[in-house]
Formats: sequence, C-alpha cells, structure tokens
Amino acid sequence: MSAEAIPAIEVSGLACAYQDRRVLEGVSFSVRSAEIFFIIGGTGVGKTTLLRNMVGLASPAAGEVRFNGVSFTNADTGGRRAMLKTFGLSFQGGALWTSLTLSQNIALPLEEYTRLPGDEIARIAAFRLAQVGLAGFEEYYPSEISGGMRKRAGLARALALDPGIVFFDEPSAGLDPVTARNLDRLIVQIRDTFGTTIVIVSHDVDSIVGIADRLIMLDVDTKGIVAEGTPTELAAGAADTKVVEFLTRRTIRSR
Amino acid sequence: MPVSQEAPGASAQTRTENEVLQVALGGAWALAGTTPRWAAVVGAARPAGVSLRADALSHWDTSLVVFVGEARRWCLDAKVACDTSALPGKLSLLAGQFEASMRTDPRNERSQSLLTYVGLATGDAMAQARGFLQFIGECWIATVRLVGGRAGFRWNDCVGEMQKCGAMALPIVSLISFLVGVTLAYSGAIVLRRFGGDIWVADLIGVAMTREMGAMMAGIVLAGRTGAAYAAEIGSMKANEEIDALTVLGISPVRFLVLPRVMALGLMMPLLAMYANCLGILGGMAIAFATLDIPPTAYWVEMLTIVDISDVAVGVIKAVVFGLIVGFSGCLRGLQAENNAAGVGNAATSAVVTSILFIIVADAIFAVVFNAIGL
Repeated sequence: MSAEAIPAIEVSGLACAYQDRRVLEGVSFSVRSAEIFFIIGGTGVGKTTLLRNMVGLASPAAGEVRFNGVSFTNADTGGRRAMLKTFGLSFQGGALWTSLTLSQNIALPLEEYTRLPGDEIARIAAFRLAQVGLAGFEEYYPSEISGGMRKRAGLARALALDPGIVFFDEPSAGLDPVTARNLDRLIVQIRDTFGTTIVIVSHDVDSIVGIADRLIMLDVDTKGIVAEGTPTELAAGAADTKVVEFLTRRTIRSR
Repeated sequence: MPVSQEAPGASAQTRTENEVLQVALGGAWALAGTTPRWAAVVGAARPAGVSLRADALSHWDTSLVVFVGEARRWCLDAKVACDTSALPGKLSLLAGQFEASMRTDPRNERSQSLLTYVGLATGDAMAQARGFLQFIGECWIATVRLVGGRAGFRWNDCVGEMQKCGAMALPIVSLISFLVGVTLAYSGAIVLRRFGGDIWVADLIGVAMTREMGAMMAGIVLAGRTGAAYAAEIGSMKANEEIDALTVLGISPVRFLVLPRVMALGLMMPLLAMYANCLGILGGMAIAFATLDIPPTAYWVEMLTIVDISDVAVGVIKAVVFGLIVGFSGCLRGLQAENNAAGVGNAATSAVVTSILFIIVADAIFAVVFNAIGL
C-alpha cells in the first residue's frame, strides 16, 4: 500500500461521553495528509470533546482513532508517547505554562524530544515566536501579555517540534478579525511549507470558507456528523438545511 | 509527514571551488534526529563566498531552516556573499525569517543589577505594606457599615463557612489536642515526680491547656486547614476575574467574601479552643490514670484548685483574636494573589506562614498584657 492511500487520521465508530452523558455516537471520518480539515457545529455539540478524544486527553467510550494507519486508541504507553510527539495541539486559551517565559514554553518540548544545544533551542523558540508575530516577546511571562498573544504563543508551542498533524481548538475565538485572518494565513503557510495535516475545531465561518479544504459538521440532535464535504459544495446544497444556514450566515451566534 | 526509516540521515558535504564554499545538503533533516551544525561545517575556513545547494534532500523541517539561517547570518557577519538561489523557495523564505528573528532583541531584559534589585524589593515591600493597610481600612469600613446597618451581611455564607471551619475541623482538633495533653502529661511527670508531686500534673495541664495550648493548637490547625483554603479559594477567584466582576457591580469583595469568612472564624475559634481544652485535659487525665495511678476524680478536683474562669477567659479571648488573624491573613493573601496558577499556591503558603507568625506574635503580646493586668 502506498503512503498516499493511508489517511493521516482515521476515526472510526467513535463514541464520546462527557461525564456520564453520551455526546457523540458512531462518528467516522478520515483526514487526508496535508489537508486543512474543519470540525464545525454550534456551541455545545461536542466539538472540543471530539478533539479531546482524538488526541488522547479523554478515552473514547467506543471506536478507534488511527494516525497514519497506526491505532492510537489501542497503543501502549510507549507507542502513545512516540505518536504524541508527532502532533501538536493549540488550546483554546493558549494553555501556556504560567511559570515559564514564552521562550521557555516553546523550548520545553524541544528539550524533551531533541538533542539540540540550548542556544539553538532558544533561537528556534525566537523564530517560532517571530512566525506568529511575537518577535521580541521571548522573555515575557504569559501573565504579562494579552489573550490574543497568549493564543498565538500557544500556537508557536504547538509547532515547536514540526509536528505532522496540528490540532487547533477554536483558533480565532477571542481574536480581532484582522489577527484571525493573519492566523489563517499562517496556518495555510505551515501546511504549504511542511505538508502538515491540520485539524481545526471552529465556528468561525470566515475561516471555514476561507481556508478549509474539507469539513464535517456535528449536530446535537443526531449526536454525530450531519454533513461532510468542501465548504463550497456544502454551502451550495447540503442535504441538511442546518449546514447551509450555518455556512451562509456571516454572523456567529453569540454564546 | 511520515519519514521512512531507511531515509539517509541529514548531511552537508563541502568542497571549495574558486574560494567559494560549496555546501551540498542532502538526506532527511528532522529536529528529533542528529543534523549537521553550521559552525561545525564551516569550521575555521574563511571562504570568499558560500553557495548552498540541495540536490539530494529527501525531507526537511525546521532543523534545516536553522542551518541555512545560521549560514546566512554567518555570511552577513563575515561579509561574504551567500548564494541560496539553488535552494527550494520555501526554504530560503523561512531561513530569511529565521535569520531576521535572530536579529531582534528581546524587549524585556530581566537581568538586574544589585541596586535595581534592592530598589525593586523595597518598592515591593512598601506596596505590600500599603496593601495591608488598605485591606485593614476596607475591612474596618465594611464592619462599620455593617454595624451601622447600612450594609447587609451574608449570614448564609457565614453559616456555611462556620460549618466548614468549625464542625468539620473537630476530628483533627480532637486528635491534636488529645495528643498535646498526653505529651504534656509525660513531660510534666518527669519533673514533678522528683518532688513527689505527681498530682500536680493536673494543675500543669489544666493551666497550660486553658491559657495557652487550646487556643494555640486550634489556631495553628485552622491556619493550615482554613486559612490556606481561603487564600486558595479567593486567589483562584481572582485569577478567574470573579473579584473584578464583584467590583464592577459595586459590591465590595471585602464585604462579600472577607467578612463572612472572618466572622465565621471569629465565632468558631473560641468554641474550638474550649473543645481543645477539654480534649487536652482528657488526654492528660488518661495518662495520669494509666501511668501515674492518679484516679480521674482526684485529677479533676486537683485541677479545679488552680484553674478558674479567668484562665478559660484568657484562652477564649486569645482564640477570638487568633481566629480573626487566620481569617484576615487567608483572605488578604488570597486577594493579593497573582493571576496565575503559581500565584494561588504562593497565596496559600503565604497565608499559613502569615497566620502562624501573627498568632505567635499576638500570643507573646497577650502574655505581657495579661501579666501586667494580673489576669
């Protein structure tokens, strides 16, 4: 089997529970290599829960997740650690370690997983920060910068190890439109340069229409996927009116 | 991107042609692997120019960007021409960005001279003192408003706190006070037995527990148990912007959060201290009976010859003050906490240290004052 035929991520029959409540059932989809893939849906449908189940922060109630054809769900501890190294997660609020400077935040995964000398790691950290527009902020602590900057620094940390797959949880939430579009551009640049597979959980319609290659939409009633396809396809005529509504309305329902 | 295992490792082969250092980059470059470093590749050579080529490159990531970026930086410093036109466009673009990021200086330099450090520490200490006085002032104003009937008091919160800091602390206070009674009995007996005065163990424990140890032990237990909890709770509320939410609504955090807690401790501490007295005396009584053969009735009668209501009152007065100290320290440290995870931890630690420090200081002041007024 050639490498191209194996999807970067394959989710089959995944069921996710939040506390005792089943939020999602029988979710199956696959993400191709070097694709920008969106998981969309209204607030509270379980987008973040799905993401947490995919990256191993929560254990699925049923089903399996495979990365490059290798099962992540059934992997042993060592196998999991090796796989965790190959993907990055950018958290909703940045989730930076508050006791470390931005530079140290990015350096930590590099120190853990590479044998690079300290000065080189510091230089890579500075480069990552420059890439997300935070040049010169190396020595700042997360508490000293704004929420949007924290978010971008979190992205810089997720990119530290040149991961093959990057997950984003609501990348544009809390950012102004200009910064959000710049972030989109950055995401596309990362994909184009390194062939990174990108999975984004979002309900920012501008981002979805702008950069998504393909997307799935989750729905609270069916507890699963209601639509799958490219944004243009779906906006033009999805079987479910909810999908068309979601994609053609330019305003986002406030929480 | 998956890298096949048989891909050759990263390489950078050099050869000099017309004084130009030709570097051929090849293999798979990965951050996690071992990659050549520019400084080692160029060594002590001083070529008239550098030319980078990437003919046999199978896979690359930031490690190659770093290599090329450093090469460009080196060329710039050595004032020699650097030819990267043969490299993939994306690579030279990223290398350019990397090289640019090497040139930006951090905006926030943290190394300080001793003088700066002393100055900042002094400023910090003054800000702390100011915060402390401000807090006392706010508490005073809130209390005056409360007593004057101009502000409501959250009795429900207060009762809940009373249960948490009082009733739920009974097991640990019981254990500690009982054991204090036991240890006092043992150490008292060593001295008193020399004079054949075993029975005075009852007097010793009675006075020590009621005047000192009951209130002190209850105070220390509550400092660790309740004071730290208050600091952590209020500290995380602050980190979560909950305090700000109260302030913008015009609700004084002191009235809303601090007074019910401090009041709860002020009310429960004397009760806990009296309870601790009883348990301590019971502990002493048990040891006296078990090892000194003093019957409990004799112990009780002997104790009553020296312990009177004034001793109990001294303990209760101290307990009220210790309770207020624990409550105020916990809430103050919580409100002063920094808005991050470490801040909450520091607040809890600092609340315990502050409480115990002030309890000991207050106890010493009480000893002098009570001695002066003959209590």
